[in-house]
Amino acid sequence: MLGELLLQYLVAGLTYGTIYAVVGMGFNIIYNATGIINFAQGEFVMLGGMTAVSLHQVLPLPLAILGAVAVTMAIGALIEMAFIRWLAAPSVLRMIIITIGVSIVVREAALLVWGQQVRALPYFTGNEVTSISMGGARVSPQVLWAVGTTALMVALVTAFFRWASWGRQMRACASNRVAASLCGLPTRNLVTLAFVLSAGMGALAGCVVSPITYTQYGIGTGLAIKGFTVAILGGLGNSLASVAAGLVFGILESFSVSVLPTAYKDVVTIAVLLAILFVRPSGLFGAREASRP
Amino acid sequence: MRSARWFQVALFMAAAVAVELAAVYAGKAFLLTQLTMSAYYTLVVIGLSLLMGYAGQISIGHAGFFAIGGYAAAALTTWDLSGRRGGWLVSALGAAGALVSRPDLYGGTVLVVRPWVAFGVAVLLALVIAFAVGIPVLRLKGHYLAMATLGIGTIVYSIALGTGALGAADGISGVPPFPLLGGLQVGGAASIRVANYYIAFGLLALGMLLLLNLVNSRVGRALRAIHGAEEAASAMGVDTARFKLQTFVLSAVLAAVAGVFLTHFNGGVGPSEASIMKSVKYVAIVAVGGMGSLWGTLTTSLVLNFLSLRGYFGTFDDAVFGLILIAVMLFAPSGILALSFRRSLEPVLGRLRTAPKPATREGEAGDPDSMPYRLEEKPSEDGR
Repeated sequence: MLGELLLQYLVAGLTYGTIYAVVGMGFNIIYNATGIINFAQGEFVMLGGMTAVSLHQVLPLPLAILGAVAVTMAIGALIEMAFIRWLAAPSVLRMIIITIGVSIVVREAALLVWGQQVRALPYFTGNEVTSISMGGARVSPQVLWAVGTTALMVALVTAFFRWASWGRQMRACASNRVAASLCGLPTRNLVTLAFVLSAGMGALAGCVVSPITYTQYGIGTGLAIKGFTVAILGGLGNSLASVAAGLVFGILESFSVSVLPTAYKDVVTIAVLLAILFVRPSGLFGAREASRP
Repeated sequence: MRSARWFQVALFMAAAVAVELAAVYAGKAFLLTQLTMSAYYTLVVIGLSLLMGYAGQISIGHAGFFAIGGYAAAALTTWDLSGRRGGWLVSALGAAGALVSRPDLYGGTVLVVRPWVAFGVAVLLALVIAFAVGIPVLRLKGHYLAMATLGIGTIVYSIALGTGALGAADGISGVPPFPLLGGLQVGGAASIRVANYYIAFGLLALGMLLLLNLVNSRVGRALRAIHGAEEAASAMGVDTARFKLQTFVLSAVLAAVAGVFLTHFNGGVGPSEASIMKSVKYVAIVAVGGMGSLWGTLTTSLVLNFLSLRGYFGTFDDAVFGLILIAVMLFAPSGILALSFRRSLEPVLGRLRTAPKPATREGEAGDPDSMPYRLEEKPSEDGR
């Protein structure tokens, strides 16, 4: 009985963990390309989920999700072009404040468009009560969708960075911007691409978990803090480590609820963030911040 | 130069008196309520301005310190201890004269902590927390510092929102007035509105005087050196860690003091005071006022907070502050007052102004690792 309960927590943790993993990875992609931490990262997840819910009223589910990802990617590109592209060597403080401003404006715009209502996409297969028995725990097929989609997405993005020409150009740009631009790479466009990629990933993750975790205009900030925690946990700049850290973190958080009141869930996770920052800012997986892939 | 600082503050108080007289004369004394609140928020903002503009350290958690002050004062002055009269702590507090009985809303009497004592506890609490948190946090830089302070703000918010004894989502109401010296009291009654306006602006003027003196002292020079180049300052023998910590603690204490006063003035406090959006607003105002310009920050804070409290921005309040943040950081990163308007007034201002020049160099100190964007200067487009 206890084993089943633990398994149940594990599955719940994995579900949330996938979002944190994706947000953490999104942080890393933009950080690698620009050295900026995009505080509006969580907003992409929210936009993806909300847009998909709206589009689903007129379109079938797969098309609605595709459309939502495309719209969010376009918004990611717009944000980069409007606020970041034309600044010459801005300081970190300035970039922090600008991206915080962007996150507020996006959130308030979402509030204006969608209101305060909590929304969710329908379950991809079955409904709320459909479940598959796995080793004694009841698992919603949506969890499998979320974990599967995320795994696929991470694999594709990793492959993109390794083998695709654009992916390799982005890595070159990340390791040395000036040298990359001297080699004739369009560094500015690569930064835009980083925003597009990271917005698209966030949006897709926002869609697949939406039936389970629900979507509301204000979920971005919390996700950003947790995604950042995960990115730090894995070592800033190390995308794959942040995915692992995301899953671990989601599971930790899920188990913390069994010990402490739910209201303090965020307190626990943020305390973990602070502890990591204080003790080992280079991340648990040992990647040094300077050694960016 | 010292007299010039006194002169500036006196001028500020004269302006405050003029505004008060004008408001009362125009029959719009109700505006004084929002001005009073605005003055308290401004106390938070000028403390943050010292931290951001002079020490170059960002904090997206100052609403947390404001809330620590406000909640400590509210909780201590409303928790009824009469049921625990026998307990040693309550007895000891009673013997020390720290408790006071007062009638509650329903005609009974409650035994609560005296506002002065609660004030002391609140400030002490903020001081201790700022110290405990500041030591590890201020070793961080750039994004890490921003996220860590954001995290601390969120923790305070979650605790305020999730704790039943602190009123959870409703916050604490029924906070009694805070009697100061000579029959003056901090409270929200209409009969003492004018007095409270002067209490708030007096407190703000005191805070301003303290900060002006500070930035023109050895400490202020050290802080500016840290802002300019932390490594260089450290190499010159400036104890950077200590100065940053002291500034952080001072700004946190100012926030807590403002929190205590505003809570007594409003008669209550709610979790929204601790929200991230509040912290971001404070940062926004410092950014607009110009980092490193205390008077600029004070002016913009009074105006923006007043407009916001009067509801001029309506439901777009948060969006307005978000847009302000973006616009200022994009087009005038050293504050709107630093735009050409200021330069044209320089000959006049130069004589009046003794506050040090705002840092013309935007940016902050940091190690190369934490700020790759800065170091990798704009790539040359010729290479394409």
